[in-house]
Amino acid sequence: MAALDTNPPGMIVSDEVAIDINNMNKWYGSFHVLRDIDLTVQRGERIVICGPSGSGKSTLIRCINALEEHQQGSIVVDGTPLSSDLKDIDKIRSEVGMCFQHFNLFPHLTIMENCTLAPIWVRKIPKKEAEETAMHFLEKVKIPEQADKYPGQLSGGQQQRVAIARSLCMRPRIMLFDEPTSALDPEMIKEVLDTMIQLAEEGMTMLCVTHEMGFARQVANRVIFMDAGQIVEQNAPEPFFTNPQNERTKLFLSQILGH
Amino acid sequence: MSDAHAHSIAFVRETELPPAPPPTAETGAVKWVRENLFSSIFNTIMTILGLLIVLYLLSGLIPWIVNGTWEGASIRDCRETLQGSGGGCFAVLAERWPQLLFGFQYPDYLRWRPSLAFALLFLAVPPVLFFKLPRWMLVITALYPFVAYWLIWGGTAITPIFALIGVIAGYFAFTRVERQGFVLGLLAGVIVAAIMWWIGGYIAAEEPGWLRIEAVPSREMGGFMLNMILGIVCVSLSIPIGIVLALGRQSRLPVVKGFCVVFIEFVRGVPLITLLFVANVVLAYFLPPGTNFDLIVRVIIMITMFSSAYIAEVIRGGLAALPKGQYEAGDSLGLDYAQSMRLIVLPQALKISIPGIVNVAVGLFKDTTLVSVISMFDLVGMIRGPILSSTAWTGVYWELWAAACVLFFVVCYGISQYSQWLERQLRTDHR
Repeated sequence: MAALDTNPPGMIVSDEVAIDINNMNKWYGSFHVLRDIDLTVQRGERIVICGPSGSGKSTLIRCINALEEHQQGSIVVDGTPLSSDLKDIDKIRSEVGMCFQHFNLFPHLTIMENCTLAPIWVRKIPKKEAEETAMHFLEKVKIPEQADKYPGQLSGGQQQRVAIARSLCMRPRIMLFDEPTSALDPEMIKEVLDTMIQLAEEGMTMLCVTHEMGFARQVANRVIFMDAGQIVEQNAPEPFFTNPQNERTKLFLSQILGH
Repeated sequence: MSDAHAHSIAFVRETELPPAPPPTAETGAVKWVRENLFSSIFNTIMTILGLLIVLYLLSGLIPWIVNGTWEGASIRDCRETLQGSGGGCFAVLAERWPQLLFGFQYPDYLRWRPSLAFALLFLAVPPVLFFKLPRWMLVITALYPFVAYWLIWGGTAITPIFALIGVIAGYFAFTRVERQGFVLGLLAGVIVAAIMWWIGGYIAAEEPGWLRIEAVPSREMGGFMLNMILGIVCVSLSIPIGIVLALGRQSRLPVVKGFCVVFIEFVRGVPLITLLFVANVVLAYFLPPGTNFDLIVRVIIMITMFSSAYIAEVIRGGLAALPKGQYEAGDSLGLDYAQSMRLIVLPQALKISIPGIVNVAVGLFKDTTLVSVISMFDLVGMIRGPILSSTAWTGVYWELWAAACVLFFVVCYGISQYSQWLERQLRTDHR
């Protein structure tokens, strides 16, 4: 099916297109994981992608910064088309921040070094300046006092907030979140979500794969439901949750909201 | 919920329990001895048996050392002095120690030079081993190979100086061109360095007398010095080569990957001793006639090839042990391949590989004694050849081999202790 490509009126945050995905297809071997994905993200939009496991939602956002290759169709990020050219890929990756389910902090570096590594080596920013920026973002995620510790000494929630700060230090224009809270204890989910909400309020363009429906209701402009590699339904959060159209969406929502 | 527990369901804690110290049972040496040595009948028997074996060994070893004699010019002198007291004939060490350490051909009045090179080693190696030392000390390390070469082999200083200039010029060419691409930079570096070396070789041939100290040819090297030269050079070369091979084996380029796989599998499938015979004999057939390719260099190439293949496999294990998320995190931050390898992947993979690398390094150091079978007179070659076959010392096995064991043990045990210290230093997971 052709996905809904038009945003409901009043949802457009800016006319500028941040990400434009056209007719994108991806296979793992002969398995068709992503089918005819069409998705346009405006600058400043906050999009939550949900769906059952194996529906291709992580793969979709991993295609956006070329952690996964797509085989058909086009992805244009910030005006740069994603090709096999390494220069383009590196350019897109330095503009697009990403947070992973398992944080993926560098365990052999301190929190400060985790945050300054890419700015120093990729952006060629002087060390002192990079450290100031890092401190600024560590304060923003409320853990400046942990700067000299190693990731292994922090709790899961703190590690995920460091991961967010690490991405922000590259001054990205788009942030991708790949199930940022699914590996966390319930007590720590809130601190990470609070950080993400704060980020959304500042106008960051965000794509979040998450099952935190409360977060989706509060923050998202648009909720996308995926199943079997396709975009099945997308809508503003209120109508999405109160009046889902597709049978598959209804079933999914009844299962995750039903207890 | 059963009725029996009904009264306990509603519970509200009102007082905080203070943390209590762990129960203090009897502590100290007595407890340790009882728990570890005499905890059961079987354990007690094993303890007593073990003690008896240790006592038996010491009862033989101590008189051998204490009653031993350090004076005499031959085994007959020893027999006269010892009169069957069971002591060792250490006179052989007292008389032949220069040969054990430097070989029997190295000129005795020049022995201070390799000794000085050895002493300088203690300045040059620590900056690499202990990263808390100031970074400028690495300059000493960088200069050391050239100084040590000059001290040990002698000859005009032009050769090592131009070798150094070549390396520096190559490095600068590399950093200049690196922006256009890593491989291109590497190529530029190698070409510039090669040009410098060629110029150096030309000047050295024209001006052989400039800053000249007496030259000692490779065939006069011997003794433990030869083991140390081979061990240090080969270990320091094979670690970087091993890293390159391990990365190459993971390469997406089929040619690079294929070359690395074939090289590693071939070298690992062949005994070192055959490679050494190749170095000694067969290689000469492949070289143009008249070329004089130094035997030590040939041996170094072979041992380095051998151990770098092993180190490559050890490092590959370390690379495979890293979670995929580390690569992805590096990629998602926009680091390029060289950066993410150098800053993220290798520091962690090498840390995991330390025990394996040290294992290979220790093995390699001991394997340098194999050069004795291609008639090089390293420590083992000296003992088997010139010393044991001399009429004065024929039959003095125990003392000589014990000395060789002690020398190797000191070095290998040192390496192993260092690696354990390093592992503790690099432990940042705090789990």
